[in-house]
Amino acid sequence: MQTTAAPVTALIEELAKLPGIGPKTAQRLTFFILRSPADQARRLAEAITRVKESIIQCSVCFNITEADPCPICANAERDHTLICVVEEPLDVLALEKTGVFKGVYHVLHGALSPVEGIGPRDLRIDELVARVRASAEAGEPVREIILATNPNYEGDYTAAYIAPLITLPNAKVTRLARGLPLGGDLEYADEGTLSRALEGRREM
Amino acid sequence: MPSHPRVYATEAFVLRRTDFGEADRILTLFTPGQGKVRAIAKGARRTTSRLAGHLEPFTRTQLLLATGRDLDIVTQAEARERLDALRDALWHATAAWYASELVDRFLEDADPHPRIYALLARTLRLLDAGARAEAGTPDSAAGERARCVLALRYFELRLLDELGYRPALHTCAGCDTPLLPEENGYSAELGGALCPACSRYAQRRLSLSALKVLRLLQTTEWDAVPRLRLDAALQAELEGTLQSSLRYHLDRDLKSVNFLHAPGVE
Repeated sequence: MQTTAAPVTALIEELAKLPGIGPKTAQRLTFFILRSPADQARRLAEAITRVKESIIQCSVCFNITEADPCPICANAERDHTLICVVEEPLDVLALEKTGVFKGVYHVLHGALSPVEGIGPRDLRIDELVARVRASAEAGEPVREIILATNPNYEGDYTAAYIAPLITLPNAKVTRLARGLPLGGDLEYADEGTLSRALEGRREM
Repeated sequence: MPSHPRVYATEAFVLRRTDFGEADRILTLFTPGQGKVRAIAKGARRTTSRLAGHLEPFTRTQLLLATGRDLDIVTQAEARERLDALRDALWHATAAWYASELVDRFLEDADPHPRIYALLARTLRLLDAGARAEAGTPDSAAGERARCVLALRYFELRLLDELGYRPALHTCAGCDTPLLPEENGYSAELGGALCPACSRYAQRRLSLSALKVLRLLQTTEWDAVPRLRLDAALQAELEGTLQSSLRYHLDRDLKSVNFLHAPGVE
């Protein structure tokens, strides 16, 4: 017996596929959309279509963008010999918010994970190596590559995999510093973080 | 059903973890007393998390867990033993993932296996020590690596033992006659080595050297296993033989095993 109209069920099913959304939340969202004004629903639908149609990956850094190359790669003011390697486009956003970094990025789209079966071919690692090599051939060799993968096992694993692949002479390969977070509490810091914070201490 | 206490303390290794929700992580823990336990660590992906640094893989952690409906909830965590050399050594880290994946795949939730716990802990320690030794003494790096590879074979064989899949290596798995010192066969389906007559249709050959190494690993405690010099062909044979048994009993492929031979990792 069909008690709910087919379009409603369809929307519930689609929404339930989203991360963090269960069947109940999907139902609530569906009925919210159902009751909301038509143009609001249309704007949502259009925003979803637009994001799929107009967003592409930058052919240089593989960040998500509307234009290729992306505004960061196209910006001549930025230091193109300094590449910051991150796992996800969201990491670029986080680093950009600091306003401190003036180089360019390279987005891997994930981290290596033997248990999840995510290998080097699944990430943009070959592209990074090719990009670094091409920079030397173009007469503007990369000076430094900052491996800013997450400071967890998968991130460290990925960094350890990438570092030896960068064979450009005079190119430094660095890893983001590890230490205590602002607003943290020393007594709750784990020994791994604390020992690295001690190693990386600075003179005042 | 015995009623579970609302909060309980245990030590554990993290076998695997997946991101969940805004900043949470779902962990598959391996504990000595409760076996595999699935738990959620709330906020563990925030940089200010009090838990995150204590819940990395290959870290022996003391935990306080609150029993939840589906998932237990990690309320406190303190690392007891961190195997940090694994962080910078690709092959050794991959091997540690592989050992963890094997335990994760073979065991069901809430099925305690203190001996497998001890076996995993020891294997992870050996890999960590191996990574340290290899980094410290480049001259004997090859020897250190061979020792770690053998430790993995030991782990695989002992894991099969503990799970009740102990391969027959002294008598033929087909006809139960004692095996002679000659080339024999091996069949994961039949559960071990086969005499030449039974192995006519078996897919795998088992050289005498491989049989001897497997017998040694099966009957000797690791500390008493001598440093063996095995050539590449024999190493590959041992690995292939044990893989055939693991695959047969698991009935699926392991994800991390291919990484062990991936270029750039090995």
